Amino acid sequence: MTTQATDNMQESISRNPLDFILDFFASIGGGILGFLAATGRLADFTGRSVKHCFTPPFFPSQLLRQLIDIGYYSLPVVGMTTLFTGMVLALQSYTGFARFNAEGAIAGVVVLSVTRELAPVLAGLMVAGRVGAAIAAEIATMRVTEQIDALRTLSVNPFKYLIAPRLIAATLMLPVLVFVGDIIGIFGGYIVSVYSLGFSPQGFLTQAWDVMEYMDVMSGIFKAAAFGFIVAIMGCYHGFNSARGAQGVGAATTNAVVSSSILILIFNYLLTQIFFS
Amino acid sequence: MSEAEQIKIDLRGVTKSFGKVRVLDNLDLSVPTGKSLVVIGGSGTGKSVMIKCILGLLTPDAGSILIDGQESVGRNPNVRIEFMKKFGMLFQGAALFDSLKIWENVAFGLIHGHGMDKKEAREIAIAKIMAVGLKVDVANLYPAELSGGMQKRVGLARAVAASPEIIFFDEPTTGLDPIMADVINDLIVEQVQGLGATALSITHDMGSVRKIADYVAMIYNGRIIWKGTVDELDHSGNEYVEQFIHGRADGPITRRLV
Repeated sequence: MTTQATDNMQESISRNPLDFILDFFASIGGGILGFLAATGRLADFTGRSVKHCFTPPFFPSQLLRQLIDIGYYSLPVVGMTTLFTGMVLALQSYTGFARFNAEGAIAGVVVLSVTRELAPVLAGLMVAGRVGAAIAAEIATMRVTEQIDALRTLSVNPFKYLIAPRLIAATLMLPVLVFVGDIIGIFGGYIVSVYSLGFSPQGFLTQAWDVMEYMDVMSGIFKAAAFGFIVAIMGCYHGFNSARGAQGVGAATTNAVVSSSILILIFNYLLTQIFFS
Repeated sequence: MSEAEQIKIDLRGVTKSFGKVRVLDNLDLSVPTGKSLVVIGGSGTGKSVMIKCILGLLTPDAGSILIDGQESVGRNPNVRIEFMKKFGMLFQGAALFDSLKIWENVAFGLIHGHGMDKKEAREIAIAKIMAVGLKVDVANLYPAELSGGMQKRVGLARAVAASPEIIFFDEPTTGLDPIMADVINDLIVEQVQGLGATALSITHDMGSVRKIADYVAMIYNGRIIWKGTVDELDHSGNEYVEQFIHGRADGPITRRLV
């Protein structure tokens, strides 16, 4: 055993039990302070980012690029996700509802589940993986290679050039993606119900239309806007505050995806509570 | 520096710490208008932090930074952006925007910072690209398609594109072969003299110092410990400077193992 290890052991033996209790509370306090500090930094960053979305100069070419990148290029992944979700939902509902002779409710279940919950949440999570990671990696690389400093030296505010276009684009495009996802998801349920489970096309569509209410779709669209904002702000925040080196870029990307995914699930519950309680 | 010379950049008592580490410690430095001052010093002595404080990328904890006699510390962001229009900067790794073509990189400050028309900015950008010895075909390539030396040239073209009054060079020859380093040094002298700009550079490269400097200052432990003309460098009488310029391991500058 080394001398240092022996010293540490003797120190721990000779310590007062009260010290262990104080250390325990100190670690809890340190954790809470760290959490509050991080929350404060994120709130400050978010406030500044939102302010720069509404104050000139604006960069329309950057915004257009982000609208295409976040909206158009995310369409295949969101479309595939909602299509198969709608199909699986119809199959699973049939299996369960058949036990109670309630197969006729399948169209309603598909419509409500897709529009209220599955399309916005799954689209949000898929976009967090695709777009949030890309935003964090790109901005973190720009930070590490001094490109963000270079922007400042060229009299361009990085909040306006890098962050505002991504925030606006994600907040606007995710509702569009979810609206398209709603249609594709219901279409998935329709395909399985009509071609596999033997429902009549007219019966499925009539029931779907009767069940669906304006608020079902709008709550999903509103959630999507909130999730788009979360994905973009977390990607930008972690990228902008990235540590140096390849490890820093990797950590920024991981943190962006994990934190935005968790926040999407938390805000999904809160928004559902607000809309439907 | 003679009494008659006007001072373009004046740092007084600038202090900057990161946590418990004091990187700049009451640093004083002045750069005369139209002259080139090179700051030498070992790694981690605060050279880059000093330049970032002048550029406003970092905020000093204490002290004053005067540009043309005007205080630049604590300016609001909108005024700060206007201040930046006086500056050009060549970064150590060139810091080119990899999503933009070469001409767009060079024209970036003209279009977005100075509000210039895109067509006019493109013409200026191509002229600057050619002025740093690159072919016009390079204008439509992306940074990843260029070598390190070519990227440095583009970085120089971008730094001088808006004809700034003050140009900063952060280790301009690091990572280049000796011939390319000399080419970059020649281009720096040519561009700075052509614009009549004030230049502040930081480097370890003594060949670069002798080529581009009018004045030299040495930074050690966050303070300027010697300054003089480039001709005085070889008989400075300062043992720290002597050790640094001759690259000796033995001397007053000690390297702590970390």
